[in-house]
Amino acid sequence: MLPLTTGYFAGYQPMQVLFGLFAAAALTGAILIKDRNLKGMLWEALAVSLILMLGTYLAHNTIVNLANRKIATGFDFLDREARFEISESLIPYSAASTYGRAMLVGFLNTLKVSILGIILATILGVGIGILSLTRNWLVRQLAGGYVHFLRNIPVLLHIFLWYTAITNLLPPLRQALSPVPGIYLSQRGFFYPVPEPATGWTAALYGLIAGVVLAVAATRVARLRQDRTGEILPTGLVAILLVIGVPLIAWLVGGAPTAFSVPALKGFNFEGGTSISPEFFAVFGALSVYTSAYIAENTRAGILAVSRGQIEAGRTLGLSEGVILRQIILPQALRVILPPTTNQYLNLTKNSSLSVAVGYPDLVSISNTTLNQTGQAVECISIIMLVYLATSLATSALMNWYNRSIKVVER
Amino acid sequence: MFRSGAIWAVAALAVVGSVSAAYAGPTLDAVKKADVLKCGVNTGLGGFSIADSTGKWTGLDADVCRAIAAVALGDANKVKFVPLSAQQRFTALQNGEIDVLSRNSTWTLQRDTKLGLNFTNVTFYDGQGFMVPKKLNVKSAKELNGATICVQTGTTTELNLADYFRANSMQFKPVVIEQQQEVLGAFFAGRCDVYTTDRSGLASTLKNDAPNGGADYMVLPEIISKEPLGPAVRQGDEQWTDIVKYSVYALIQAEESGITQANVEDLAKTSKDPAVQGLLGTPNAEGKTSGNGEALGVDEAWAVRAIKAAGNYSEIYDRNIKPLGLERGINALWSQGGLMYSPPLR
Ligand SMILES: N[C@@H](CCC(=O)N[C@@H](CS)C(=O)NCC(=O)O)C(=O)O
Repeated sequence: MLPLTTGYFAGYQPMQVLFGLFAAAALTGAILIKDRNLKGMLWEALAVSLILMLGTYLAHNTIVNLANRKIATGFDFLDREARFEISESLIPYSAASTYGRAMLVGFLNTLKVSILGIILATILGVGIGILSLTRNWLVRQLAGGYVHFLRNIPVLLHIFLWYTAITNLLPPLRQALSPVPGIYLSQRGFFYPVPEPATGWTAALYGLIAGVVLAVAATRVARLRQDRTGEILPTGLVAILLVIGVPLIAWLVGGAPTAFSVPALKGFNFEGGTSISPEFFAVFGALSVYTSAYIAENTRAGILAVSRGQIEAGRTLGLSEGVILRQIILPQALRVILPPTTNQYLNLTKNSSLSVAVGYPDLVSISNTTLNQTGQAVECISIIMLVYLATSLATSALMNWYNRSIKVVER
Repeated sequence: MFRSGAIWAVAALAVVGSVSAAYAGPTLDAVKKADVLKCGVNTGLGGFSIADSTGKWTGLDADVCRAIAAVALGDANKVKFVPLSAQQRFTALQNGEIDVLSRNSTWTLQRDTKLGLNFTNVTFYDGQGFMVPKKLNVKSAKELNGATICVQTGTTTELNLADYFRANSMQFKPVVIEQQQEVLGAFFAGRCDVYTTDRSGLASTLKNDAPNGGADYMVLPEIISKEPLGPAVRQGDEQWTDIVKYSVYALIQAEESGITQANVEDLAKTSKDPAVQGLLGTPNAEGKTSGNGEALGVDEAWAVRAIKAAGNYSEIYDRNIKPLGLERGINALWSQGGLMYSPPLR
């Protein structure tokens, strides 16, 4: 890394002096200049320069300390052979791959469990939130109980509970539950068939994408038409037909392949098909159910924020309860629900770092292993921090964009 | 929004930079000042280091801590045992949380160099093995193709496992968990076909943790790696490295010279054997001592206290490791066909 032989003056001192000059200039400017806007910016510049000064000082200190204690530094290790296996990966990986690739595998596993967790948490949360406001007393109590019970158990315990339940309550591999032939449920995971690769299936996949795009387009067109003429078209039905029909036709045209790879017991495990591991399922289930309790509360608060007058106006117009919920309440509630829910999405992603407790190979778990084998703590921790920071910023940016797009538009 | 984000990013970087720590000064002075030896041990591995219900630590690794404290502080009881998981142990040593690590840790090239550590001796020659439920009907590790294997993270075990399966062109599915208790929990629940770690660890698990006293489990014959276990210290403090190193060698030499916990104080007064006198710092007929203590930076009776603390190597072995069902084997003295060998303590 940096030459240390020349001691303190190597590399860092000039940078500190530079940031120091910046800071001094910004301070003088901020005091002298009258323009409000410029003044504000200069104060900010002062803060940033001071932080940079401190940062370079600490970075220098760390590197000197590590060198004194003969601990390796630098990022060269990312290109060395990892020599450990990872139980599940979205990209090809083996013990012969590099540490860098191992970390990428971990990051993708983090994304996988977070994205799927966010989807399930949202569905459950919104559902429970709505149920907690129904007129039925029992349902309301149950929904309230769900929220209170789940929120008051620490999330790590949730993960342990799910994992212990899966590995202890489900039968061993050889006595796997098989509700439908080809589908197996055991303490080793959930095994199910997948289609053998064939052109018909590829065609069906593209057909599905096309179907979704067409369905969205059709709904848009119908909406515009309704705005103009007031005529209500059966958009739901058309959309379902498109989403199912287009891939079906593509599959038929592609030769209607029917070959499936079905899991079968062979040696120590099931072979063929594909599977969901208990480790993934424990983290996924625990995080989404735990987070759904918070989203339910956000949903309830959002709905309560919509004024009763709106609902009564809907009833007076003779709209059905379903239409009132979908067309009047939810669109308005969404604006209240969204900001705190973004927080929950970020929390879920960050909580996935507890995966190592049950052995799901997420980013933190793989980085920990790497840290332990290479001893490069500062590097591994910085990678973890930067990746989480980037993921969180990206999530907030996406949610803020969505939030803006549903703002009230004045007509 | 973006601007404040950028500022936070810079701040986060600064925090990363602040992992600086206290200057690693002469450890002996620090230990004396604190009047206690902070010794990193296993969270609980019977035979090596485990705390009983009264909080008393027993085991080979724990006794090594006592011998070092006896040498450095004059009192074998001035040890603060710091239980560490496989994952935490080296960081704890690097950042000064402990003075010495005595926790069934394998001496490897990279740990000795890149991690900034020094391994001082080997206190137990071990090797990695596999444990399976008897009902699995497996007789050899070569039959494990396709098996699911539980392993603790942060160990050499994790690497040997991958090497062994690669070398034998076999596949396996790892389940890698950080805490030992959770690993064992998953294995005994049936999540894995196989549990793998050092043979000593397997013996201890079989005796102390397995349901039914281990009757339903067995260890496969293959030993797939070399695991020389021993204490480690930080690099850069030669005096402290020497103190730890010779505290351990004194125990091995004591076995060879027939010095025991019971007779060490007598021998220190009465022995006429120059080698024993030299080791125990006894003045000869002219009233001169060997100067071993001075060379290490401690007093001349250091080895007497080391041996008095927990006995010589064979006494420590018989008390802690024998009950696990592990015979001396390669851990016998060199003169009895083993690998235990102390350089001349002169
Ligand atoms: N000798 C190996 C393995 C040492 C190790 O950590 N073994 C495990 C399994 S026996 C252990 O002692 N775990 C107990 C704990 O984490 O407290 C190494 O140095 O990496």
